Amino acid sequence: MTGLVLSGLTVGYRAEGALRRGRAATVLSGVDAVAGRGELTVLLGPNGAGKSTLLRTLAGLQPALGGSVALDGGDLLALRAPDRARRVGVVLTDRPDPGLLTGRDVVELGRLPHTGAGGVLGPADDAAVDTAIDAVRAGPLAGRPLARLSDGERQRMMVARALAQQPSLLLLDEPSAFLDVAARVALLGLLRRLAREQDLCVLLSTHDLELALRLADRAWLLDGAGGIVTGTPDELAACGAIGAAFDTDELVFDPGSGTFLLRAGAGA
Amino acid sequence: MTGAAPGRPVAGATPSPVPAPHRSAQRSGGRAAVALVVLGAAALLLFALTVSTGSVVIGPARTLSALLGVGSPDPRLDLLVTDLRVPRAVTAALAGAALGTAGLLTQTLFRNPLAEPYVLGVSAGAGLGVALITTLGTAAGAAAFATGGLGAAPVPGGRLGMVGAAAIGAALVLGLVLLLSRFARSATALLLIGVMLGSAITAVVSLLLVWTDPDTAQQYLMWGLGSVSGVARSELPVLGVIVAGGLLAVLLLAKPLDGLLLGDDYARTAGVDVARVRLGVLVVAAVLAGTVTAFCGPIGFLGIAVPHLARIAVGTSRHRVLIPATTLTGAVVGLACAIVAHPPGVGAVVPLNVVTSLVGAPVVIAVLLRSRRLGGGAW
Repeated sequence: MTGLVLSGLTVGYRAEGALRRGRAATVLSGVDAVAGRGELTVLLGPNGAGKSTLLRTLAGLQPALGGSVALDGGDLLALRAPDRARRVGVVLTDRPDPGLLTGRDVVELGRLPHTGAGGVLGPADDAAVDTAIDAVRAGPLAGRPLARLSDGERQRMMVARALAQQPSLLLLDEPSAFLDVAARVALLGLLRRLAREQDLCVLLSTHDLELALRLADRAWLLDGAGGIVTGTPDELAACGAIGAAFDTDELVFDPGSGTFLLRAGAGA
Repeated sequence: MTGAAPGRPVAGATPSPVPAPHRSAQRSGGRAAVALVVLGAAALLLFALTVSTGSVVIGPARTLSALLGVGSPDPRLDLLVTDLRVPRAVTAALAGAALGTAGLLTQTLFRNPLAEPYVLGVSAGAGLGVALITTLGTAAGAAAFATGGLGAAPVPGGRLGMVGAAAIGAALVLGLVLLLSRFARSATALLLIGVMLGSAITAVVSLLLVWTDPDTAQQYLMWGLGSVSGVARSELPVLGVIVAGGLLAVLLLAKPLDGLLLGDDYARTAGVDVARVRLGVLVVAAVLAGTVTAFCGPIGFLGIAVPHLARIAVGTSRHRVLIPATTLTGAVVGLACAIVAHPPGVGAVVPLNVVTSLVGAPVVIAVLLRSRRLGGGAW
């Protein structure tokens, strides 16, 4: 099938470094999940559930401990880094400080996996950069230094940079963590549109539970105890998985409205 | 990013209306191309000035005739030009270019505006080599004196022995840093390891100097002041070939260095082999800085200040533009410091490190103040 298919994937931290041999930590094991092309898939779960570890493994930033991952039918984990960079675009949480680069300079960095040793951009590369900047509606920002952009504008540029890699899979690790509410809504809406328009497989982790459930086509829910439940947002809400993961003594998830309600008899 | 910072090398130079020669510069408005042309012209001008000024000021006509071997020969001045002034100017330009470019490499690698090639410990290593060979020389001399010999053989192998010892010391420390870099999990850890290593080696050097006699310590201190006048004409090809090779290697690193600007993780997701690039950058930076240090002694501040001046000149961090700009700025600043170190018409010599520190410190301070105003966004 097209899209992303995880089969029995185990992620975590292998013993690494000179002074810490023999200490491996498995974060998630035996994960089975799918994310389709043209769909927005959200990865949900409390802090420490393993969202970042899973995404970093898919992005090739850390090795998988077991299992397999297929992207459009091919083995994603076996790809060499430059080949993977042409298939997978990544947006991270952190706010990079690249010095004196304009927005367009940053988007052009997305062409690194496509250019030769000299890094010189050809007409096709320029076109891909233009397309990526237009896709995130960032034309007017492109000429400004990245350091002068707001957090929301900057994150849009980082999305454009990932798009310029012309990937089929877009991975985003809490891309809205530093953004205000308006920018969060705009970014998630943008990602949903990009998935549709460019037939991308978009997988992002987020803490914006209610917004994500409303916009996503599919959700992967990590329960914080090593388990994962997948399905459409409606399915997850109906089967009570979301409530099980996020309900507190005071708040309870209401599948009907897709929002959290004050638990009857609590506080007040 | 416009405006003149203190110590800007091309201050007062009006941008010449030369069209942008290549497309990357065209895209960034031609400013980079103009800056590169101005920097190149400034380097040539300062080279000529370095050759013609010094304790004796030599006119341009006289200089040219000495260089080209035409016109009436004046053996004394001709010798001064060909054997002293030209080697000094070439050395100053090469040293500035090499240290500045090595500084750019370390600043990008460590993503730290205060990083310089000497944080890799190469100057400390070179210093240890020199301290060892000077103290060994003293010990050998003392032994010779005790057995009725003539004694006072200052350094075994003379100047070449000193250069060789510095190079070996720098190379050994580089090897140690590379070994440790295999285990360092981040660039920051590596940076701090380099600093710690430098401190430890400097401590050993201090111990050697305390245990030796004052004359030897004096010799080491003179080396530590830095000089571009000590390189003989016959040594220039060695220095030139190594520095030119290193600078060419840096140009090949331009693409992965751009990738590193967004951080190691983003570089990896763009297909950059971060571990291999880090190794390449470390080796090239250390060879450039170590070679210059072996020949000229440790020259402070050029490695920090020159890349910042180059960024101000071209207004971008893109390495395809910034690398040549840094190399040219380094040559310009190196030559300017050499001129100041040998004031025209005065017999006295100002130690090179005094000049570079007085030029470099204000530049670094200005950069720090400026980058704070921009929220750390622009170096």
